[in-house]
Amino acid sequence: MTKKKLTPKIDVRTLTMIVVLVVIWVAFAAATGGKFITTRNISNLIRQAAFTSIMGVGMTLVIVTGGIDLSAGMTMGLIGCVMAACQVWGGLSTPVTILVGLVLGCIIGAIEGSIIAYVGIAPFIVTLGAQLICRGGMLAVTKGQTIAPFEKSYVFWGTEYLLPIWGWLVAAVAIVAMVLLKINQRRAKRKHGSLDESEFEAVARCAAFAFLVLLAVGILNNFQGIPIPVMVMVIVVVIFTFISQRTTFGRSIYAIGGNISAAKYAGINVKKNLTLVYILNGLLCAVAAVIYTARLNGGTATAANGSYELDAIASAVIGGTSMTGGVGKVSGAILGAVMMMSIDNGMSMMNMDSYWQFIIKGLILVAAVWFDTQTKKAGK
Amino acid sequence: MADYILELKNITKEFPGVKALSDVSFGVQRGHVHALVGENGAGKSTLIKVICGVYPYGNYDGAVNFEGKECRFKTIREVEAAGIACIHQELNLVPDMSVAENVFLNNQPHRFGIVNFDEQFEKCRKLLSQVGLDVNPDEIVRNLGVGQQQMVEIAKALARDVKLLLLDEPTAALTETEVDTLLDLVDQLRKRGVTCIYISHRLDEIMRLCDDITILRDGQTIETRPKENMTKDEMISLMVGRDMSNLFPREPHTRGEVGFELRNFTVPHPDIPGRDVINNISLKAYKGEILGISGLMGAGRTELFTAVYGAYRTKGSGEIYIDGKKVDIRNPQDALDAGFFIVSEDRKKLGLNLIMSVKENTTLASLEKVSSAGVLNEGAEVAYTTKYVKEIRTKTPSIEVAVNTLSGGNQQKVVLAKALMSDPKVMILDEPTRGIDVGAKYEIYKIMNELVDKGVVIIMISSEMEEILGMSDRILTIADGEITGEFDAKEATQEILMRAAVGRSAT
Ligand SMILES: Nc1ncnc2c1ncn2[C@@H]1O[C@H](COP(=O)(O)OP(=O)(O)OP(=O)(O)O)[C@@H](O)[C@H]1O
Ligand SMILES: [Mg+2]
Repeated sequence: MTKKKLTPKIDVRTLTMIVVLVVIWVAFAAATGGKFITTRNISNLIRQAAFTSIMGVGMTLVIVTGGIDLSAGMTMGLIGCVMAACQVWGGLSTPVTILVGLVLGCIIGAIEGSIIAYVGIAPFIVTLGAQLICRGGMLAVTKGQTIAPFEKSYVFWGTEYLLPIWGWLVAAVAIVAMVLLKINQRRAKRKHGSLDESEFEAVARCAAFAFLVLLAVGILNNFQGIPIPVMVMVIVVVIFTFISQRTTFGRSIYAIGGNISAAKYAGINVKKNLTLVYILNGLLCAVAAVIYTARLNGGTATAANGSYELDAIASAVIGGTSMTGGVGKVSGAILGAVMMMSIDNGMSMMNMDSYWQFIIKGLILVAAVWFDTQTKKAGK
Repeated sequence: MADYILELKNITKEFPGVKALSDVSFGVQRGHVHALVGENGAGKSTLIKVICGVYPYGNYDGAVNFEGKECRFKTIREVEAAGIACIHQELNLVPDMSVAENVFLNNQPHRFGIVNFDEQFEKCRKLLSQVGLDVNPDEIVRNLGVGQQQMVEIAKALARDVKLLLLDEPTAALTETEVDTLLDLVDQLRKRGVTCIYISHRLDEIMRLCDDITILRDGQTIETRPKENMTKDEMISLMVGRDMSNLFPREPHTRGEVGFELRNFTVPHPDIPGRDVINNISLKAYKGEILGISGLMGAGRTELFTAVYGAYRTKGSGEIYIDGKKVDIRNPQDALDAGFFIVSEDRKKLGLNLIMSVKENTTLASLEKVSSAGVLNEGAEVAYTTKYVKEIRTKTPSIEVAVNTLSGGNQQKVVLAKALMSDPKVMILDEPTRGIDVGAKYEIYKIMNELVDKGVVIIMISSEMEEILGMSDRILTIADGEITGEFDAKEATQEILMRAAVGRSAT
């Protein structure tokens, strides 16, 4: 091995995104006379972003394999309507209703995934077809009505908050976990002589993390506490970060996205792993569906008018996932989602026409990818 | 005073964590073929990329003087306009375009932007005959062999008025006969006054072809000398920085039991129904021996073993035995489970995931060894990778860097690390030392010896006769999908192998 220099590893991309985000927030704060940064609005915004992040996490996995899921939004909508029908018309209890939703998500994902992996039809086509089918399904279930209301225990998942004291506890757990992980990681790296981070950096990184967590919880607690959807999102992101970074399955999907033939040669079961990715993606659509319908307190076909899959794709891409596959981080989707939702939220607060939202979101999406290609070039 | 067409002054180029070139200075004389040699990672390809504008002006320190003027190239276009063309280590053809389209890519004969296809076709035919390539200009590049593609690359360079041609390991993927054609071609170009910089790890070629030799080691110029003043041994010791008396560490092996056997193996042609790429081959490989597989490119050597590995486009029929047990292989996963590993000849497409790190590539085929219940153990990953990096001396700034930042030879070592880690019973090495420097080759041979001692069956496919003769215990030749000869290494010679490799039709 050649000489090693301890240059601080700063993630330029994440840092830039955070700076951009801060700029956007400051601009909106100024434009709305501070209304944008009231704790109430921020709480609201983060809750919206939580929904998009959860969809974005699934989408990130799919895009990492080199695929795409155009059906995510409609899948989410259909599952929501089915769950509403189960509870409102069928009288099922909340846990059973949610279970039905999650299983349905897995089934839809399994069907899409196996057609893609085993039959070999392009993801774009399969999921485009699925999008239309789910849209039709959604309209068939609801027949244009709103299926409402849910039980209180169901609505909880979209509207309630953690008590502030619990919020602080969550923050404490997160910080302790982060510090322990760091210590552990450094011990392992030191043992193998591959330590590439100075003591100072490690401490600084932990401190920054702790600060951000405390700040976020502080803001949220100042309003009503951590919204339940945000808690769900945090759990989803933690689990899926673990799956994607620390398991053989996770490694396999990056390998498949990076070079599918080399992955095959290395004995990776490409078909099985691909199918599993779409199943997990379907599952996350179902989780998002619970939050979505709980928030609306009813199942309606309004999701048919949205383009939630595009929001999810955009959050993944803004979060640094490469459309060519093999590159991307689950946690990036949060950043992307917060960025998108800030724009939605801020602009509607300024009473700007909604077409501006589309235009600005489009610009940011392209700019993020442009930025990626630029930093990649500079690194060469 | 010699007439220098190109002068390099104190070229320094750094990548994060690596100084690829430091203070490189030498001159290239007009009309000469100038060899650039050095170990893997010495900086040869990086230097070429500096000269031909892949790293634009400002991206490196020092000066490149071409025809007496300092070059400040910002784009490849300017480089081309100046008369510099480059054939990179990795082929840069568009596989689904025709030969003519590739040759005239971005340089089509046109009128008002409308391509004149007749002219393109005619010009291309002339160029192809210049490089001695007998294919139709309308042929799709994907259907050509690697050697032919290499010639297309050269034709592409000639399509522009080239004064300085840079060739980065042009013969790495060629068979002996193709190498001869290429060397003749470079010689002809020299006669026409084209200057060439020529990189190769095949030192015999260098001795045969080049006028001057520059040696790079660890990013520094060690020496530039006319060929007359340098012997091959001197060149080797200057490259590796120590004396190397023997290129092949041949050891006496004692042949054990049959470890691998094929019976009546036939592989149908993927595109032409009714034809076979491999026709009823039966062979045995023993523990404790290195079985060399010789033959011309396209003879079916790679096809045979990829089919055995379950990775060929069509499925082979016949019986496969490992340690006397019949195994059923439908895909590479089955093959790995059965104890096979194939080190493919195409490391970029099949051997590596270029955007993944050294560590991730090394462990990819053996994830079960570094995980429990599907959860990866990073410590184990690091430990294994570090072990192999040390064992085969992979030159990399860290095990976390993406393999596409490594030099070609070091990439190959990562593939080997992956193979070693999977602990196979039968290891198939398809052109294992392609693009690898003499020092590293020696180490790879030693690893092969160690594996043989451990009872691994080693099958080595190689187009390099010297390597086949230098390392194998037994040699099979394959031509047109059939075995045409079996030789004990002691009695084989280049001529005998060549005759057998040409196949039945010639005898
Ligand atoms: N894009 C890059 N980023 C980081 N490091 C690089 C990059 N390209 C090359 N290097 C490093 O620069 C050094 C020189 O590499 P180079 O490809 O020039 O070697 P080489 O002499 O051509 O070797 P080979 O014979 O194996 O092709 C190596 O240590 C390599 O890891
Ligand atoms: Mg090179």
